[in-house]
Amino acid sequence: MLQYFLKRVLYAIPIALGVSLVCFALVHVAPGDPLASVLPPDASLEMQQLMRTIYGFDRPLPVQFALWLWRAFVGDLGVSIATGRPVAGEVWHAFGNTFMLAALAAAFGFLVGGLLGLLAGYYRGGWIDRTASTLSIAGISVPHYWLGMVMAIVFSVQLNWLPATGAGPGGSAAWSWDWEHVRFLILPALTMSAIPLGIVARSMRALVGDILSQEFVEALRAKGLSERGIFAHILKNAAPTALAVMGLQLGYLLGGSILIETVFAWPGTGFLLGNAILQRDLPLLQGTILVLAMFFVILNLLVDVAQTWLDPRIKRA
Amino acid sequence: MSGQAEIGDIGGPAQPLLAVRGLYRHFPIRGGLFNRTTAVVQAVDGIDFDVHKGETLGIVGESGCGKSTTARLLVRLLDPDRGELVYDGLSVGTQDGLSLREMRRHVQMVFQDSFASLNPRLSIADSIAFGPRVHGVGDGEAMARARDLLARVGLAPDTFGPRYPHELSGGQRQRVNIARALALRPRLVILDEAVSALDKSVEAQVLNLLQDLKAEFGLTYVFISHDLNVVRYISDRVLVMYLGRIVEIGPVDRIYEAPRHPYTRALLSAMPSMDPDRRTSEAPISGDPPNPINPPPGCRFHTRCPFASEICQTRVPELAASPLAGDHLAACHMADPSSGHPQAGTAV
Amino acid sequence: MTEIPGTIAGATIEGPAGPARGYWSNVLRRLRRDRVAVVCIVILALILLAAIFAPLVAPGDPFRTSMLRRLRPIGTPGFPLGTDELGRDMLTRLVFGGRLSLFTGIVPVINAFVIGTFLGVFAGFSGGRTNMAIMRTIDVFYAFPSVLLAIAISGALGAGIFNSIVSLTIVFVPPIARVAESVTTQVRNLDFVDAARASGAGAFTIIRVHILGNVLGPVFVYATGLVSVSMILASGLSFLGLGTKPPEAEWGLMLNTLRTAIYAQPVVAALPGAMIFTVSICFNLFSDGLRSAMDVKL
Repeated sequence: MLQYFLKRVLYAIPIALGVSLVCFALVHVAPGDPLASVLPPDASLEMQQLMRTIYGFDRPLPVQFALWLWRAFVGDLGVSIATGRPVAGEVWHAFGNTFMLAALAAAFGFLVGGLLGLLAGYYRGGWIDRTASTLSIAGISVPHYWLGMVMAIVFSVQLNWLPATGAGPGGSAAWSWDWEHVRFLILPALTMSAIPLGIVARSMRALVGDILSQEFVEALRAKGLSERGIFAHILKNAAPTALAVMGLQLGYLLGGSILIETVFAWPGTGFLLGNAILQRDLPLLQGTILVLAMFFVILNLLVDVAQTWLDPRIKRA
Repeated sequence: MSGQAEIGDIGGPAQPLLAVRGLYRHFPIRGGLFNRTTAVVQAVDGIDFDVHKGETLGIVGESGCGKSTTARLLVRLLDPDRGELVYDGLSVGTQDGLSLREMRRHVQMVFQDSFASLNPRLSIADSIAFGPRVHGVGDGEAMARARDLLARVGLAPDTFGPRYPHELSGGQRQRVNIARALALRPRLVILDEAVSALDKSVEAQVLNLLQDLKAEFGLTYVFISHDLNVVRYISDRVLVMYLGRIVEIGPVDRIYEAPRHPYTRALLSAMPSMDPDRRTSEAPISGDPPNPINPPPGCRFHTRCPFASEICQTRVPELAASPLAGDHLAACHMADPSSGHPQAGTAV
Repeated sequence: MTEIPGTIAGATIEGPAGPARGYWSNVLRRLRRDRVAVVCIVILALILLAAIFAPLVAPGDPFRTSMLRRLRPIGTPGFPLGTDELGRDMLTRLVFGGRLSLFTGIVPVINAFVIGTFLGVFAGFSGGRTNMAIMRTIDVFYAFPSVLLAIAISGALGAGIFNSIVSLTIVFVPPIARVAESVTTQVRNLDFVDAARASGAGAFTIIRVHILGNVLGPVFVYATGLVSVSMILASGLSFLGLGTKPPEAEWGLMLNTLRTAIYAQPVVAALPGAMIFTVSICFNLFSDGLRSAMDVKL
């Protein structure tokens, strides 16, 4: 078990290095001088020269990568060109907002999707199954940014129940857990929950179908176990895989929130990325993507370990 | 025949068609944190034998004894770690010997799993014609050969040629596999559990077919099976393997009537017999074969042998003939009067 | 069909007569029976044809603006689907928009299908260290959520159709290569590949005759499912201002510029997204139908 865990960690290290290499390369595949990515366009020549030396842009690329990686490791992601503030702080703040949104969306999506899939797999062929299949295929196929617009049209424009954009009344930056703030969270979170809902429901349905078709279920029925008891067995068998699917989905939500945050003007990492793209603020783009991708790598690792912990078969192998 | 010069017989009838010399094949098992080699499976550990022209050599043994690895080594689907294959006097895969590609025309193989050994996307005729095409036989000629072979293995070419593997029964598919193996006009065919997966009635038909084809094309067979009855029925000589080594080899009647190695005797006594007079009182073999990852030292059978003595745990017995037995060889200290085994020379 | 009992080795077995069916004709037959898949193919074909023959099909000029007739509702005489925020005819722009949207959505998957299959088959067939080197590199790209990777590369390269296609190709190569590699590895270990090797066939011949025929199908099914994701992502990039540039007609971009119109003409504003949704769901359902018709397990 411990050896398996160590093996996973060892395996994650080269992946993490590779991911940071891709992030590092982003600035270098961008058209133009990489220096432009750390300097305001109106910087003086001396300033340019100084920064070139400080950032090591005159050194060979591998050295640059090592320097960049070390700075990122100690929390220095550079300075945003647009705002002049350190990228790390901006990303950290935005990440909190995104995480809040993604966690709520995930909770809702996993709960509804999981339940739907469970019932659909159990009552295969029934109306619940058909509804779940339709919902899940729609959830997988829907462009979520459009779904966000439709939600805004229905609940803000037509019904006027909830606000369409922002993260608080009067553009206030401070968040608090009261209705005045939470109502801003509802529409983006609901929209976002459509992303995992379809996939979770689908995987869950297939998983339950697989388990039900196994012989041990027949055996349990034959020995007279109640359907409720059988349901418990299904849950126990489905848990490791379901957990893996959900863990990955949470990661996708964090990374994929950009479009929904743009629609609802939610001040998270996606919104940050949108601004970075609009203003060609490369340090901000690079920093945000590095943080999100690293989080995804770590999440993958945690899911792997948790799955092992839940599944006795892998534990012994 | 375009692109295919026939090599006929070279060394005459006395020269072995295939001579296997000191063949070794070990598989490393990797594991641990850094994928180091943690153990080695000694699948085939130094085997020597000859396959005579025109004979059927049966190879028997429990699962895991190295039969299938041996088969794959003989057709060079696996490369040996050490050792040599000599095909009709020509060393295989060497500069002045026989190239691998040439060798493959003469030595073909039939696999156990009749479904997995046919490409599901190719029609039966295309599967059979594939080999000749690879060796430069023209399209029309290759197809004609495929149709001819289908007829010879008892499948109507017009009906079965255009069909796909999933449309055939197991027995029919195995007939196709035999036809495919014969398409290159080989002299030696390795049959690796070729009838083991078939129903008993179908098995008998395919065995008869194999006998007919052997006579018709002048083939030599190496017939690998765990089924002692089938091996006895089809073989001229039998080779018994245990944990990667040969324990006994000899004419089929000698092996079945007067086995010299305790393992062979145990194996045979475990074989169900219809004849009450044949029932041996000797205890059938007990326990599982030891793990081939860490085979015991000395004679590999000593952990299960009722006659094991001290010498068996330390010294590896040579595969040797006894003055009386002639071409009947056994690797047992009891068969060697000078071995120092307390029962040396008595039991055999 | 079972073995006919009582046949002896020498007798010839005559199977029941009837045409031998190849694998693909079987798949086609099963697909034709799948009503959902057929409807989806028809819808996709209609949208594709309309896009290709847009100048003939569309009633007007996709670029003709008019300050006087901005944001007309659906059913306005002369403008059956209303007008956009610059007074351009929505129906015309939706028809023309299909050209870029379908192009930027489908081309990356085709690119990735070619590159990914090549990499995957090569890695799977080579095995050993070559496999390790290729697949570990691919794992790095796989470690990014797809939306994030697309936006990262597009964001760094800058806006434009070409860059959008490049970034989406990079996004879809890893998953396709993974599927191709795993199927190739499975097929490579089957006995018929060994039989082909034992026949003396070289690596290239074995891949051409025995591997590709068994790998392309499953990979193709997987790729058709990706088109749906690709459509959403490509339009999403345009929606963010990273793909097509105005005044070009493209569904994602149209959705973006109409965002401010959700108060004035909500239904018109939502139309481009409905088009993306339709194409995406049709590709998904078609892919599902194809998968069950081919009985592919991924």
